[in-house]
Amino acid sequence: MDAVDVAFTEAAVGSGISPLLMLLTVALVGRKEKHNPGRSIPALILVTITGALLVIGTLSMPEFGFADAPANTHVSPRYIEQSADEIGIPNIVTSVLASYRGFDTFGEVAVVFTAGIGVLTLLTLKPSGSQSPVISGAHQHKILRIVSKILIPPILLFALYVQFHGEYGPGGGFQAGVIFAAGIILYTIFFGVDLARQVVSSALLKILAAFGVLLYGSVGLVSMLHGGDFLDYSVLAENPVTGQHIGIIIIELGVGITVAAVMTMIFYCFASQVNNSAETKE
Amino acid sequence: MTLLLSHYNYWVVVTLMMIGFFIVIAQGNLVKKLVGLNIFQTSVFILYISSGKVTGGSAPILQDGITSYSNPLPHVLILTAIVVGIATTALGLALVIRIKKAYGTIEESEIQQRDHTC
Repeated sequence: MDAVDVAFTEAAVGSGISPLLMLLTVALVGRKEKHNPGRSIPALILVTITGALLVIGTLSMPEFGFADAPANTHVSPRYIEQSADEIGIPNIVTSVLASYRGFDTFGEVAVVFTAGIGVLTLLTLKPSGSQSPVISGAHQHKILRIVSKILIPPILLFALYVQFHGEYGPGGGFQAGVIFAAGIILYTIFFGVDLARQVVSSALLKILAAFGVLLYGSVGLVSMLHGGDFLDYSVLAENPVTGQHIGIIIIELGVGITVAAVMTMIFYCFASQVNNSAETKE
Repeated sequence: MTLLLSHYNYWVVVTLMMIGFFIVIAQGNLVKKLVGLNIFQTSVFILYISSGKVTGGSAPILQDGITSYSNPLPHVLILTAIVVGIATTALGLALVIRIKKAYGTIEESEIQQRDHTC
């Protein structure tokens, strides 16, 4: 469906982060579930009725790939036709994300940051130093450890490439942040959360997570000080297009830092919980 | 038949959405409910992305010689939604872990039973 940026994000999140979080949770809460009969049949009836109604509703929707569908005729033609002159970067997704809808993205970054704080509040991260065992049996698998050691540097390098190439090809702060976090998470799986926290300390992550949001917001404030609107980058330089470039690079950096720091922090929280519960069992 | 070819994307979405919905209401296990919510969320992502597809259009990266592009707006909305989605899922899973610690169970029925007896 030509959504290269989305594919990038989903691939990194879906393979690198979400299954691991699910597995860690299952490891913590136990994998046995109670069978509760008698709920499936009413649920099935309800779901079938709702599904049938929704299918009837879709019959009046525009066909798949229809160029003149309402969704494609409102603001998007302007983005496609004007962004080359107004923003001056080839990737339209990045210019919409960072410039036209910069306020929206600021909100999203704030949500990611808030969710990170929420996880940190719910699952307290103990100060490292206690020599707890590696979270999984992966410690003994030599092949996996060596392969991961070879893979981690290219993953981190690739994340930086995605971050700074986001204006010309698919990529940007969100994708780069997730890929970078996936690299650190891979290290955490194989070498244990304590060793990972010696490399990237949790105090540093907390600062970085807040720093990214602050960087984003302060770009908005700086553009206000230059006489423009909040997050209007055109006033940042003499030439509006250069101003847009500067603004987009800085806020993408802010997004990338926050996303990478929050994702890694969330993973540390979950992994150290598994360590704690392993200790109490012993 | 033409209807099948022109609207199949919506039906994929509805099917996925209903699978997610079914898991959310039929399962008592909180982790499974979150998995169901994730499937539901994915179906919404597909709905948005498929509505931005333009037949014959290219990926929305400006290039010489290409005149037709897919709609970039849904892509923007969804790529941020994916990252926000994983962050909120993590928050939900963290809540589940705390519920397990407080109640000793993550089955909805047992949690309600304990709430009533207290």
